[in-house]
Amino acid sequence: MDLSYVRTTCPYCGCGCEFLLETFDGKITSTVPSKSNRMNQGKLCIKGWNVHEFVQSPKRLKKPLVKKDGVLQEVSWDEALDFTATRLQEIKTKDGGDSMAFLTSAKCSNEENYLFQKFCRVGFGTNNIDHCARL
Amino acid sequence: MTNSIPEIENADCIFIIGSNTSVAHPLIAYRIYRAKEKGAKIIVADPRKIQVTMVADVHVRQKLGSDVALLNGMMNVIISKNLHDTSFIEERTEGFDKLEETLRNYPPERASEITGVSVEDIEKMAVMFASSDKSTILYAMGITQHSHGVDNVKSLANLSMLTGKIGKESCGVNPLRGQNNVQGACDMGGLPNVYPAYQTVIDENNRKKFEDVWNAQLSPKVGFTIMEMMHGLEDGSIKGMMVLGENPLGSDPDTRHVKHALQQAEFLAVIDIFLTDTAKIADVVFPGASFAEKDGTFSNTERNVLRIRKAIDPPGDARPDWQIICDISTRFGLPMSYESPKEIFDEIALVTPSYAGLSYERLESGGIPWPCPSRDHPGTPILHKERFTRGKGLFHALEYRPPEELADEEFPMLLTTGRFFPHYHTGTMTRNSPTLDNEMPEGHIEIHPYDARDLGLTSGEDIRIVSRRGEVITKAIVTDVVEPGTIFMSFHFMEANANELTNPALDPICKIPEYKVCAVRVEKISSPSETEFKAAANA
Repeated sequence: MDLSYVRTTCPYCGCGCEFLLETFDGKITSTVPSKSNRMNQGKLCIKGWNVHEFVQSPKRLKKPLVKKDGVLQEVSWDEALDFTATRLQEIKTKDGGDSMAFLTSAKCSNEENYLFQKFCRVGFGTNNIDHCARL
Repeated sequence: MTNSIPEIENADCIFIIGSNTSVAHPLIAYRIYRAKEKGAKIIVADPRKIQVTMVADVHVRQKLGSDVALLNGMMNVIISKNLHDTSFIEERTEGFDKLEETLRNYPPERASEITGVSVEDIEKMAVMFASSDKSTILYAMGITQHSHGVDNVKSLANLSMLTGKIGKESCGVNPLRGQNNVQGACDMGGLPNVYPAYQTVIDENNRKKFEDVWNAQLSPKVGFTIMEMMHGLEDGSIKGMMVLGENPLGSDPDTRHVKHALQQAEFLAVIDIFLTDTAKIADVVFPGASFAEKDGTFSNTERNVLRIRKAIDPPGDARPDWQIICDISTRFGLPMSYESPKEIFDEIALVTPSYAGLSYERLESGGIPWPCPSRDHPGTPILHKERFTRGKGLFHALEYRPPEELADEEFPMLLTTGRFFPHYHTGTMTRNSPTLDNEMPEGHIEIHPYDARDLGLTSGEDIRIVSRRGEVITKAIVTDVVEPGTIFMSFHFMEANANELTNPALDPICKIPEYKVCAVRVEKISSPSETEFKAAANA
């Protein structure tokens, strides 16, 4: 039996409410609002209170998928990564780095956004990177 | 935001324009209610009778897209009543003469004609905002998602500077950002024109700095924005696309056009936690990790940099997105061997001046708002205290421009879009949350009782909505939340998505699409077979 509380930040709107995820044997069992965070002061909205539900949805993707004969099929990480690296190289060689476009994410972390734009700018020599800031 | 969220509750006057705060930012709405209790005056300018209007001292319902005229009218009143802050204007700003000249064309009578707001209300708002000690402006996508969104934002800056309500506690111009890390994605250079910390790519010194740190040859050319990428896919100049945790097929205007564009891609890769509509048409899909399954940081709408911490393992073979990017990059031939998000953050602090003083150690005790230029700097909750980023604050003299699409004979009504309380964006997260999905399992439009009467509709009936770009069938809810002639709809429900209808007309400067106004026609469905068709499509 392993019970723990992990303090983290809500992934919904831009308020930046903090809460504790209560985990029990590797599963999130509930969400408890942080009282010491000066933003939410022990409160959460309806989305925040239920945040653990989408995380543990049975519909979550669990394996890489590659389209074969028009259908997405589960494959190994090696196959998906090699396929992607090869296609990216082909496009860069044949049409140049400016023929690639990257959509980064307002849902992902700063670290992930930083790496993704670096991959775009360094790997392809293009600034074709944007995200849904305007949406 | 120029100021922090907790400051809102100590304001004397809160001007909310184009923000459905209680739905999109509930914990900020809570600060508005607290301020009201302490005696603050609340002004709401919103075409819909949204929940925060219940505590408003003045609520005006400006015509869709008429914000510049409304704000110019308010500023005209402020100057004619001599309520502007002359010493602030003198010391901290420039361009006032030009603004004053333009504002002469916006006496409240003319502003009233354009906006549909009474002269009396324009005067009341103006006096309330200018004569309160601490006046703050809160806005969101109701201001920005227009073909003149930049003009709207600049007009709010004009109002704030004209009255000297910026650079002070509980004042400021405060955009409420709709996504947890949209601030951070911008800060990190997830934009086609800037590197991290808004350092422009066309500046040679910036480019040289990043070429040196990254040991790379970088492009001096500004890249494509989302909508330009979609056009590029169609005209063949873009061949491949990688999408990290986004669903452009649901979130971009004119869905039919976006789908056509994405289908032209020779290669489409998606990293996501669910099989979104965009992932379904991809060539390869990588299973990413949710926020609960990885370490990292988010930057909220106050510029507060906050930690996220891993609570559980990702499901199945899913991996943290940062690891997936490293894996792809390494196999592509650009080795990335970061051990942890902490190591990535240290590199961010190295190249991002506003994050230079931040570290995981410092963030352990709570969020710190940027700019934080050094290790002993406490962070900056209030911007522009002594000076503006460019030195003096620049007034922009702006004329009102109507939306791109107006109602006409063929499309006699206007559609505006937004969120409903239990849902979020394209529904990827909230519709996979049983509790939230039960609150509102299907979409609907809001339509005014007069329009419903004219069309012979009853509340709950299925109707068809048609624009120049597409059509959807959904349920009509008859309510006076909207004004006659206007309907409201969300983009949470992919089976009846407002973005089938919305207009991809862009603001010429920032390229934001005009989600908030397009012309539509509402049709009663006469044959029951069409309703059955919808039921089958949703099954």
